[in-house]
Amino acid sequence: MDNLIPVILGMAAVTYGPRLIPFILMSNREIPKRVDAFLKCIPMAAIGALIIPGVFSATPDMPMAALSGMAFTMIFGLWKGGIIIPVLGSVAVTYLVLLSAS
Amino acid sequence: MINWMTKEVQDAFKAGLPIFIGYMPAAIAFGILSKGCGITLLECFLFSAVVFAGASQFIALNLLMTGMGPGGIILTTLLVNFRHFLMSAYLSTRIAKVAKKYLFLIAFGVTDEVFSVLSLNRGRFSKTFVIILQLSAYSAWVGGTIAGYVMGGFLPEILSKSMGVALYALLLAILLPEIKTSVKALILTIASGLLNTILIKLDILPNGWTIIVCILIIALAGSFFIATEVQEERCG
Repeated sequence: MDNLIPVILGMAAVTYGPRLIPFILMSNREIPKRVDAFLKCIPMAAIGALIIPGVFSATPDMPMAALSGMAFTMIFGLWKGGIIIPVLGSVAVTYLVLLSAS
Repeated sequence: MINWMTKEVQDAFKAGLPIFIGYMPAAIAFGILSKGCGITLLECFLFSAVVFAGASQFIALNLLMTGMGPGGIILTTLLVNFRHFLMSAYLSTRIAKVAKKYLFLIAFGVTDEVFSVLSLNRGRFSKTFVIILQLSAYSAWVGGTIAGYVMGGFLPEILSKSMGVALYALLLAILLPEIKTSVKALILTIASGLLNTILIKLDILPNGWTIIVCILIIALAGSFFIATEVQEERCG
């Protein structure tokens, strides 16, 4: 494609629209209990589907590498908590596994 | 000079730092890949600066390489990013009353990871907290993209490959405290992941819609069967 900028602006518009509309429709409104219970379950449902099965192809040549990284995140996160070390550690472990296999 | 660094601002930076660090490697990976695809630095920068949605940017690069036209790429982006509609719906009920002009700004920064931090952070939040959190994410995403494009060639290939795991690790690390204290949260998470795997294997939905269907089905099921218990635990 010769000029990508119109495509990028189009992508921006269709990304921003769905992000914005609920704020305009729903803010400052009373939410019924039933709907509120549904909304409360969205975080877990969203994160579950965002991680699985995508993570199995995060390192396409060798899925075990990404899974080892995630195992580190899981173990360290459950043991000590925090986010920074679990995230940087996962990249480091993935790197070491890929390196040792190459 | 001293007053602006309130507890709230400090908390926001504390919550923003992990996202900053998690986004950086993923953004660098995007910059490197963009350069590999032969797009210009300006185009690469605009991708991150005006679209600001990780997964769809990577997908767009892939589609460009397959020669897909503008219409197809924009439609796919809409489908892939439509899940943010549900996330914004959730956040709009949790963010304390703010002026409309800030809502336009806050809506722009609704990414998966910002949403995850905000939604698992108990209680309501102020616009200052949300905007600082989003700025941390945005600066890392745009800064990392440029860094990856400009300096990507100097990174060993294996290192840039292993950066692909960072976003998944970030989401997992954000979620862990929740599933540690609530079996119900764990069940919802795993059920959603399993359903997503099945839907992708069945290959009946366009790219991106499996996640939306998972959110709708699992959150609906959750709201019927276990919502009250989750609610109690989250408040307790």
